[in-house]
Amino acid sequence: MTVNMGPQHPSTHGVLRLVLELDGEVIQSATPTIGYLHTGIEKTAEQKKWQQVIPLVERMDYLGAQSNSLAYALSVEKLLGLEMPQRVKDIRVLIAELQRLASHLIWLGTHSMEIGAVSMLFYAIRERELLLNINELLAGFRFFPSYIRIGGLREDLPRGFHEAVNAFLDRFPKKLDEYEGLLTKNDIFLRRTEGVGVVSREDALAWGLLGPIARAAGSDYDVRKYFPYSGYETYDFDVPTATEGDVFARYRVRMQEMRESVKISRQAIRRIAPSGVWACDDSRVVPPPKDKVYTEMEALIQHFLIYSQGFTVPAGDAYVPVEGPRGEHGTYIVSDGTNRPWRVKMRAPSFMAIQVLPKLIQGGLIADVVAVIGSTDVVMGDCDR
Amino acid sequence: MPPSDTQGHGLDPELPILTTTVERIVQWARRSAIWPAQFGLACCAIEMMAMAASRYDIARFGAEVFRGSPRQSDLMIVAGRLSRKMAPAMRRVYDQMPEPKWVISMGACASVGGVFDNYAIVQGVDQVVPVDVYVPGCPPRPESLIYGIVQLQQKIARSRA
Repeated sequence: MTVNMGPQHPSTHGVLRLVLELDGEVIQSATPTIGYLHTGIEKTAEQKKWQQVIPLVERMDYLGAQSNSLAYALSVEKLLGLEMPQRVKDIRVLIAELQRLASHLIWLGTHSMEIGAVSMLFYAIRERELLLNINELLAGFRFFPSYIRIGGLREDLPRGFHEAVNAFLDRFPKKLDEYEGLLTKNDIFLRRTEGVGVVSREDALAWGLLGPIARAAGSDYDVRKYFPYSGYETYDFDVPTATEGDVFARYRVRMQEMRESVKISRQAIRRIAPSGVWACDDSRVVPPPKDKVYTEMEALIQHFLIYSQGFTVPAGDAYVPVEGPRGEHGTYIVSDGTNRPWRVKMRAPSFMAIQVLPKLIQGGLIADVVAVIGSTDVVMGDCDR
Repeated sequence: MPPSDTQGHGLDPELPILTTTVERIVQWARRSAIWPAQFGLACCAIEMMAMAASRYDIARFGAEVFRGSPRQSDLMIVAGRLSRKMAPAMRRVYDQMPEPKWVISMGACASVGGVFDNYAIVQGVDQVVPVDVYVPGCPPRPESLIYGIVQLQQKIARSRA
């Protein structure tokens, strides 16, 4: 029997479509159909100036919005040859880790809701709202703050930022214990997840699954450790791994990752001074301070140039990967020396995860499909772009 | 409840009876228990979830019963950008919903295409389905969407059954 699952299905994480060939309840084959959320972001980015691409890439992997903009900004900064001040690096690390927490919380809520633990969603979103409050404090926007810019940050940290982050970091580990108390030894949850959707380490690496899925299968690849960016080499944290490669191992790895993110965020917030530099001092990219714009002619001209023409980026290409919530997330950019990108290409971890989905669900039961999709944590905006 | 008939029409005013029209009571029932279809497209769907979850709690407005099947729902919240590939599927979901049905277009992309003025995105879902309420924002805050649902409730109250 052939069953069509999606693109409108309550638990396919957006608009993923799977065509399942069934023999009774056992899945013979599965064919994912993607492209239902194709947005043309990469093409649209070619019509925008370099800085204007930031909001576009944030809307791509919408759960890990600020890892996208961090990957893009790092790539462009590599082409421009910009080096960020230490404070900017630390703030970026903090924001990236808070974004990872927010993304993992949505994963936790939806994944466990789909396999029966409905109340988990309400717990996870309760804490996520605090993270969105921090975003709102930063830039007045809950979801896509566009706070990370090429050349630094949008502006200095707002008043009350440290208090808000510290309050969250004090509260969150206790809440994580609460989540684990609800799920980790929950018999129903265990039976739905243990031994389901197994992927081996070799398969994971062969399919390009770098991220929590590969780490749950025994790989220890983490971009933050192997190719540190934004000063991650100076932070003390572990990379959680597991060897089983099943849905439950992915759950454990992500839960442990959240604890590590809290650890990194604690170190970062201690390093960040409440006020200080928030951008590099390259006047090509960073507009002059507002008081100078009002008093000095050169500053006014520079401000006008940056906001009307934008800045040019030397011809060449660059790829800087970051460890996004879903795995290695990178932006390959090509510049032809003008004020607009010639090509912006994303390495989307969700795309890799969807490639391997048929392998994960073949031979399993139809009831396990939802558990496997949830555990791969795919975001269709990331996959289809 | 709809306002009672104060004229009395010869009834004993002490009696615990409210008089109204069938139309008003039907529309009162419809607007007080809107069942949205669980139909998320992109980023806005996450804010739609946030609206349904702990902090914003759309249950206060009687619209918390998200149904997985369009056949059991009477409101479609088009949450997010609609690609040309997805448009026929969305129209099909809409056609499967029983009458009476309403559509909220959530967010800039669903309403007018948003920042994605390109080959891939339908520039406004009103090209595909009739829209009752547009909620602006990218994505709209959950408060905005709640306001949109309240607007829809008022629209239902005003319309004929």
